[in-house]
Amino acid sequence: MTISTVAAALLSHWRRQPLQLGALMLGLALATALWSGVQAVNAEARASYARAAAALDQNGLAHLVSPGGRSIPRDAFVRLRRAGWNVSPVLEGEYRFGATRLRVIGIEPLTMPAETRTVDLANAGDLLSFISPPGTMVVSPETAEKIRGQTDLALRVSDRMPDGAAFVDIGLAERLLRRDGELTRIVIAENQRPGLEPLGTFAPALSVREPTAQSDIEHLTESFHLNLTAFGFLAFAVGLFIVYSTIGLAFEQRRPTFRTLRCLGVSLSALAVLLLAELVLFALAAGAAGVIVGYLVASLLLPGVAATLEGLYGASVPGTLSLRPEWWLSGFAIAVAGTLVSSTQSLVRLMRVPLLAAAQPQKWGRSSRTGRRFQALAAAALLGLSGALILWADGLQAGFGVLGCLLLGASLLLPAVLSGFLTLMQRASSGALIMWFWADARQQLPGLSLALMALLLALAANVGVGTMVSSFRLTFVGWLDQRLAAELYVAARNELEADRLRAWLATKVESVLPISSVDTEIRGQPMQIFGVVDDPTYRKHWPLIVGLPDVWDRVASGEGVLVNEQFWRRERLRIGDQLDLASDWKSTVVGAYSDYGNPKGQVIAGIDALTSRYPQVSRLRYGLRVQPDQVADLRSSLSDEFGLPPDNIVDQAALKEQSRRIFDRTFLVTGALNTLTLGVAALAMFLSLLTLTEMRLPQLAPVWAMGVTRRDLAILEILRTLVLWLATFTTALPLGLALAWVLLAVVNVEAFGWRVPMHIFPYEWVRLGLVALAAAVVSMLIPLRRLAGLAPSELLKVFANER
Amino acid sequence: MESYICDIVVILAAMVIALRNLSKSYETAEGRLEVLRGIDLDLGAGDCVALTGESGSGKSTLLHLVAGLDRPDAGEILIGGRDISKLDDRGRAAYRRTEVGLVFQQFNLIPSLDVAANIAFHAKLAGRHDSAWENELVERLGVGTLLTRYPEQLSSGQQQRVAIGRTLAARPGLVLADEPTGNLDEANGDAVLDLMFSLSKGTGSTLLMVTHSHRLADRLDRQIHLRSGKIT
Ligand SMILES: Nc1ncnc2c1ncn2[C@@H]1O[C@H](COP(=O)(O)OP(=O)(O)O)[C@@H](O)[C@H]1O
Ligand SMILES: [Mg+2]
Repeated sequence: MTISTVAAALLSHWRRQPLQLGALMLGLALATALWSGVQAVNAEARASYARAAAALDQNGLAHLVSPGGRSIPRDAFVRLRRAGWNVSPVLEGEYRFGATRLRVIGIEPLTMPAETRTVDLANAGDLLSFISPPGTMVVSPETAEKIRGQTDLALRVSDRMPDGAAFVDIGLAERLLRRDGELTRIVIAENQRPGLEPLGTFAPALSVREPTAQSDIEHLTESFHLNLTAFGFLAFAVGLFIVYSTIGLAFEQRRPTFRTLRCLGVSLSALAVLLLAELVLFALAAGAAGVIVGYLVASLLLPGVAATLEGLYGASVPGTLSLRPEWWLSGFAIAVAGTLVSSTQSLVRLMRVPLLAAAQPQKWGRSSRTGRRFQALAAAALLGLSGALILWADGLQAGFGVLGCLLLGASLLLPAVLSGFLTLMQRASSGALIMWFWADARQQLPGLSLALMALLLALAANVGVGTMVSSFRLTFVGWLDQRLAAELYVAARNELEADRLRAWLATKVESVLPISSVDTEIRGQPMQIFGVVDDPTYRKHWPLIVGLPDVWDRVASGEGVLVNEQFWRRERLRIGDQLDLASDWKSTVVGAYSDYGNPKGQVIAGIDALTSRYPQVSRLRYGLRVQPDQVADLRSSLSDEFGLPPDNIVDQAALKEQSRRIFDRTFLVTGALNTLTLGVAALAMFLSLLTLTEMRLPQLAPVWAMGVTRRDLAILEILRTLVLWLATFTTALPLGLALAWVLLAVVNVEAFGWRVPMHIFPYEWVRLGLVALAAAVVSMLIPLRRLAGLAPSELLKVFANER
Repeated sequence: MESYICDIVVILAAMVIALRNLSKSYETAEGRLEVLRGIDLDLGAGDCVALTGESGSGKSTLLHLVAGLDRPDAGEILIGGRDISKLDDRGRAAYRRTEVGLVFQQFNLIPSLDVAANIAFHAKLAGRHDSAWENELVERLGVGTLLTRYPEQLSSGQQQRVAIGRTLAARPGLVLADEPTGNLDEANGDAVLDLMFSLSKGTGSTLLMVTHSHRLADRLDRQIHLRSGKIT
């Protein structure tokens, strides 16, 4: 017998079972699509961080930096240069052009090492216009669009520039940032003359920061990407449930074919190899489809992810996707790996089960008693492990470990829980038909349990993430009310105007709250220090989570500072701890406040304490307290008096609206992934029901023969499926709440640095329940129509002697 | 859904059956297959009748029609004077539930219920659950040790005993059996049939049994032979 004959015999199964083939391909393609879609989004974002870091931070090179995050005096650079070191100065800071805040990076094009040159100034004319006043800014096309008309400086557009940043000549940066003679860092070129005296001789106060593979933004966004990966994996796993059960059934149904082939002299290993080849072939085909769908999924998700990253971390990621070859490869790899994982059990059975054992397709998926016991034990072990991880481990990975163990353990436990419930119901009922109803549901359980497990995972993820997001949102909105207490926010365009503004406002409003901050580095982390005046607004509204009773007196007197929650948790600070805010500035922590949506640490100090250490701090922005009914008047007099553009005067309502929008966008992606997962679970359910319908006849025929109409059987069938859905949904609720708790109390604290109290939203459960119900009904429709339209002769065949 | 518990039609008297000019055909790939072509038959109350004929002669088809499992193309099926072929789906289901007991060659039992529940099932559906009678049946059939087992854990002979117990527990006016011992060896089959005959005699049911074994047919009151769609 030739290989092709054997292959044809094996493949003919799929021709007779197109539905099964469809299910296999669909499950595999969907799993691949969701997984590779998420991977594509992550890869795109990471690539763009790397691009930006390489361009903006020159992070491929070593730098000299000042340990406290303070400025470096220009002299240090001059000394190094004179000694023959090939170094180049950088001064950077934030600058506002109208409503747009840009990261301004001042460089010296003549000394900047060639390998990091993002700005192409090879042309002498370009160079001249870059370094001579008034100066040129090099920005991305998108940034150019935003700030056009907001500045008198010439703009040069470069495709290689990341959004939200501008390269300028260092002299221009000094003027814009008002930091004359200061440097942020000094880039050290790779090629240095031999025999130079060590760097430490010239700049003892500075330290060398070695080139890093990972940028700051990559660090910050790591948790976000881990989150995406986790949900992508969940969707993938749910999709694999379909693949696993389809392959298992197909193998069982083909057992007679295998037997015949082996009797005809095909060796077991040849058979296994052929089957493996068949599976890999399917995996490649489905993988290709999956990668294409994944590309679509990714392009749908990416704008949302880009918005989230921008809103949460200020990271700029393009909203469009580029096709990467490694991504195609990983898509195929995951499809093949998923198929192999899902088929291991079937292949092992093929190798182990005796040649002549009868095929039992209707028994496929029904586990032995030891199997069930093992499953329950594994579930208990996993649940125990997740509890142990909560108690004794910390870190983001441990957080996800808890989630994984919890979900897997609970889904392994589900069949036992459902079976127990059905047994109880059966014992409690007395009518023959009702008793049969429960008994039959229990008998169907093994065939449905994989789909039900997938459903449990999807529902629990929906409940958990939904609860987390809604709890967070509730807290966030309340927090916004506290945080944005001022009725109007105004920004002057320069310090002169700011002085006039302050004088003018003194008589017009109840209080003027300056918003002044400096960027610095504390304990090796990028930080912002805000200066606040002593005002009742803070005492009444500021969202403190811990603090001494007289915090605000201590802050006002310069005796103490407040820190935000993320810094508080990250550094495990306590009240009374000392912080080095600058070389000549130590202060005591007197409290902490919540500061959602901010990846960086933050310190609040008295304004006098801040300005005495940072005299150059910008004093352009103010929050104004006025009676709410005067906001509109004040707004128009402000623009009349000072001619301020509308973007420079923002009222509280608009700001809140904007914050809420950013918030909602942030969780759009997780929401979308959750919905997709639920969809895949519903599909798994549909396919299982469809498969089961074929095997249901011997179970239904006797009942029909004893005088139950087909219509009533169909109704019972609906009820049975609904009961199983409902029981799974009910199980998913506590699991989802546990998930939400882990997300809020463990994962978020690790990932973002804040902890939000958990709230319960029963209305959302009702909504999810209705969605799940709709999915359940849809998943039942086709199987049910088959059943209701069954001809008596089909039922009678069950009893026919020919069977 | 109709209530299967309250819908009690107690048939105390055994059934008188009259078939009038009954015909049935099937649509097949090769065209129309006329299986029954005008059957006329009368059975008295309490009769035990064997239905014989070649394989494919339409015995099962006839039995299914009498059981109300399928509908004839033409003709009447008068059970106790009522034409059940005129009943709708629900009516025929109620008829099967309350008046008919069926034993097939295989797949008689409900796989998800244990033996005890299987035996009580039809009686409960028919609203004639009687524990004492069920206990007696269990004892006579010798399945007392199997009560907590499930059908897949029984041998074929055990399954058929349980099926007979299930049928008779409901005290149907009419017992229809389609080669109930076809899957059993001779000794086992005879033992099962002996039980069925004596028990159905005891309940006074009318019995129509399909068999192609003349030896078995000889043991009944009467024999009917089917050939070319007619009774001979
Ligand atoms: N549902 C059906 N569709 C088509 N042909 C059928 C169907 N049921 C039975 N037949 C055919 O009708 C004839 C009679 O069948 P049956 O009543 O089962 O015979 P018996 O029980 O006497 O062996 C057979 O030729 C059989 O193939
Ligand atoms: Mg037959």
